[in-house]
Amino acid sequence: MIELRNVSKRFGDLVVLDGVDFSVRKGETVALLGPSGVGKSVLLKHINGLIHPDKGEVWVDGQNVTRLKRKDLARLRSRIGYVFQYGALFDSMTVADNIKLGITDEASASDEAYSRSRAAQCLELVNLDPSVGDKYPAELSGGMKKRVGIARAIAGQPTYLLWDEPTSGLDPVNADIIDSLVEKLDDELGVTSVVVTHDVRGAFRVADRIAMLMDGRIRAMGNPEELRASSDAAVQEFLERDLTIPVHH
Amino acid sequence: MSGQAVTLDVRRLVGRFSLRAAGHAGRVSYLILEMLRGLSEWRVWVPRTFEQAQNIGYGSLFIVALTAGFAGAVTSLQAGYQFTGSIPAYFYGGVIVESIILELAPVLTAMVLAGRIGARFAAELGSMRVTEQVDALESLGRSSVSHLVLPRVIAGTLMVPILVVFADVVGITSGWFAAKGALEMTNADFVYGAQYFFKPWDLWYSMIKSLCFGLAITVVPCYMGFSTKQGAEGVGRSTTTAVVSASVLILFLDATLAKLLLTKS
Repeated sequence: MIELRNVSKRFGDLVVLDGVDFSVRKGETVALLGPSGVGKSVLLKHINGLIHPDKGEVWVDGQNVTRLKRKDLARLRSRIGYVFQYGALFDSMTVADNIKLGITDEASASDEAYSRSRAAQCLELVNLDPSVGDKYPAELSGGMKKRVGIARAIAGQPTYLLWDEPTSGLDPVNADIIDSLVEKLDDELGVTSVVVTHDVRGAFRVADRIAMLMDGRIRAMGNPEELRASSDAAVQEFLERDLTIPVHH
Repeated sequence: MSGQAVTLDVRRLVGRFSLRAAGHAGRVSYLILEMLRGLSEWRVWVPRTFEQAQNIGYGSLFIVALTAGFAGAVTSLQAGYQFTGSIPAYFYGGVIVESIILELAPVLTAMVLAGRIGARFAAELGSMRVTEQVDALESLGRSSVSHLVLPRVIAGTLMVPILVVFADVVGITSGWFAAKGALEMTNADFVYGAQYFFKPWDLWYSMIKSLCFGLAITVVPCYMGFSTKQGAEGVGRSTTTAVVSASVLILFLDATLAKLLLTKS
């Protein structure tokens, strides 16, 4: 379970998060919606301790992330896969080596045969040919880079997956492929997911519950039907922007 | 503008500068602390240190040789211009060897490497920071300091003294040849002069200086790279700041170490 309690974060004079309460139950997929630049990624990075809150607490599996010692934090992070917005692949390494770095269990990581087969297996899980493993990130398209980023995030068999804008910058076809992947991996791997996105259609497709982040706070949270029925004008205005979603009954 | 306003403005500027300097000092200290903690992860940093050392050492040989070669030759020619007829010929050997070992080889090598290695480290780590590769490493439960900073700092700090010894050899040799060609001096004069003025401590001093320069050339750019913000422009800014800061620090260390280690009182 993931829980953020009254989390606040500011960068200089800019207040990004202002007393956020947010929780994700075991096994569910929660989409975090909101306009660009509202602090969705900042919130996501609080979950695995990449960013520390100025105020408030972040709890994952009963552990207070903000108070964890280095080794305990590293151990927790090894259970949390993070899919970065632009892949964040190590450009000096091949795709296979990038994925091998995602194997967080030291014994498995040092077993060369296992890491090679795990890298190939993860590539197949994200619908990429294992031969892609020999390429360098610079040789891949944007969509492929995202998929390799996903493969790296799942290589360590995490119990949580944090998705940072998995479909941003992709054409509709590739965005659909990635959305299918989110659904498929959540089902097949049984992970708990938080998907940060400003793609309303994708959020309604993949999420069990949706949270709307606005003005530094969670403005609305509920299952897709509850969110559609929200009486909050700002929420409705944001949802209406994606015309393919019927927001009014 | 009134005198009071000017005074306030100066105070504010000094205050801001002091705060920024204190902030940098604190963050550099924290980075050094993280490096010391990371030393226990030797399985991570040792293989990467060899890769970096090879790149720094082998990759810098040509530029270091070029710099030291010219420095040795010019020292020799200028010594000839200034002292011909006023000092015995064997003095040239002493002047050239001592200038190269005590000052020119360490400082010029460090300056060249600040540009070559410092810029590379800051740009590499800065790019990794803005493309979230550093965050990616941390998110996989791995220490970015042990993976990225420690190998660069250790490799650089060890390779700079080795490159300085190489620069000593090249500089002295080129100075010797230049002196033979341009001045009325025999090989025996040169060797006698070099031995007459040489003290083993000079070599130690040169090595201590090189180690300190090596730390400056690596720690400052790694810190700057790690602190990069705001995309490509930020990487450019970090790279420039890293090279300038490392160069200034080299000059500062040069003066400080000369005062501490060479003056008798």
